[in-house]
Amino acid sequence: MSGREVQGLAVAVALLLAAATIPFSGSGYWLGLGVTIAMYTVLATSWALFSGPTHYISLATAAFFGLGTYVVGLGFEVLPYWSLLLIAAVAGAVLAALVGLATLRLSGVYFVIFTLGLAELVRQVITWAQNLSGQKGLYVLTQITEAQIYWQLLGLAALVFLAGWLIGRSRLGFALRIIGDDETVAAHSGIHTARAKILLFMVPGLVASVTGAILAPRYVYIEPALAFTPILSFQVVIMALLGGAGRLWGPLVGVIPFTFLWEAVSSNFPNQTTLVLGLAFLLIVYALPRGFAGLFDDLRQRAARREAAA
Amino acid sequence: MRQGSPILALRGVTRRFGGLVAVDALDFDVEPNAVLGLIGPNGSGKSTTLNVISGALQPSAGEITLRGQAIAGLPARTIARRGVGRTFQLVRLLASMTVEENVVAGAVFGHRRRWGTDARRVARELLERVGLAGKGHLRVGQLTYIDTKRVELARVLASDPEILLLDEWLAGLNPTELAIGIELIRSLKAEGRTIVLVEHVMDAIRSLSDRCVVMASGAKIAEGTPDEVLSDREVIRAYLGDDDA
Repeated sequence: MSGREVQGLAVAVALLLAAATIPFSGSGYWLGLGVTIAMYTVLATSWALFSGPTHYISLATAAFFGLGTYVVGLGFEVLPYWSLLLIAAVAGAVLAALVGLATLRLSGVYFVIFTLGLAELVRQVITWAQNLSGQKGLYVLTQITEAQIYWQLLGLAALVFLAGWLIGRSRLGFALRIIGDDETVAAHSGIHTARAKILLFMVPGLVASVTGAILAPRYVYIEPALAFTPILSFQVVIMALLGGAGRLWGPLVGVIPFTFLWEAVSSNFPNQTTLVLGLAFLLIVYALPRGFAGLFDDLRQRAARREAAA
Repeated sequence: MRQGSPILALRGVTRRFGGLVAVDALDFDVEPNAVLGLIGPNGSGKSTTLNVISGALQPSAGEITLRGQAIAGLPARTIARRGVGRTFQLVRLLASMTVEENVVAGAVFGHRRRWGTDARRVARELLERVGLAGKGHLRVGQLTYIDTKRVELARVLASDPEILLLDEWLAGLNPTELAIGIELIRSLKAEGRTIVLVEHVMDAIRSLSDRCVVMASGAKIAEGTPDEVLSDREVIRAYLGDDDA
């Protein structure tokens, strides 16, 4: 590891430890906000691991997230909780692999539409199955506290950052960057493009499913419309792009301001949240195509150039 | 005339696009360590032939063998891993990466695989060889046209291919650059590589090719040494029309 990497790791560990103390503050408001930020950090960061290098915009987050909540909702009375997290992980990864096999030959807008449709499809299937059994939703009544949920999410966030760091140094990560730049060149350089894309698409699938599983006890009552809400997929995309999907830490700097903004708007103007989403999207497209991380890189480069000129 | 067995052989290779036959029952052999010039008027099917050999396109019919093994219809990645490298008619670089990373990209997954410092060392050596020493940190957007061609060649060479398919690699260069380019290709032959050259620059064809295959409307109309084919009446007719033949 280079000096800069050690420095980065130290900062990351310090931030993580600081974040881990929030439940001791005794404030339910801050803890609730912490859960939300940790959740979106996990989702947006893992989303960017695949969509950042490949530029494939996936709107399937809600499908995987909902899958995870339903694994816990259906299994918490029969199986130990920790085993449900494992099952959710496997289910998310398998679903992602299947989606990948079916769709990664699609390019651009077709992929986007398919992933959006997938979340809707899974939601409809579960609604239909529940109608057959006569239920509308599921009660998830557990002893798990808000603080425990928060710590689990922090642990998952640490794993996601670690995985992202490892992928960034791996051949697989490099292959994905080549694919994102030019898939023809990638194939002619000897890369199995479909396999590389599917393997990496499984990471956000797995993570979103586990996130759903961790959060299910917080909802207490889950139903398809809540667990598979499409707005979640859009929020994750907007936050990741706002922060910058090209850097591992990029999505985090999008998640934090966006969560505060979202909280403020939804408590004061509950009907205008979609407007916030739309405005944020316009801001990204017109002013921040590479997010805050890209802006930061540009400013640093400009500073370096000025120094060189002086 | 023929010595030994060809490293690359095409038999009856055909590629159709709907009703258009872009490559029509093409046969030719490439001897090991030879330079084969593939020439012909625009639209005669040269680039399509390279695309079929490299796996960018699937042949509609016919056989292609590499050292006696059938490769027709295999995916591009497999053909690349077996030692066939190519450049593209319209230069294709990796825009988000530095020059050095572009070359490393060729070294990691192909015919000969390297990683980490080893791959970076090979990339720097190749950049020096193609005349880009010290430019490894640049973004590809900052390069001149000939330099983008050099980067692409270095990327292909990074996998240490046995056969190089160069699709108009010399096109668009000024006379000085052309002389440098021809020298570079000659040095690749000197180190034992086999080269298939699709080219419009006749000086390059004359000075580099051991043999030439001339295509017109997808079919082979002549084959032989550069001097033989360039004085062939069929070839002159294909390029210039009936009146001049």
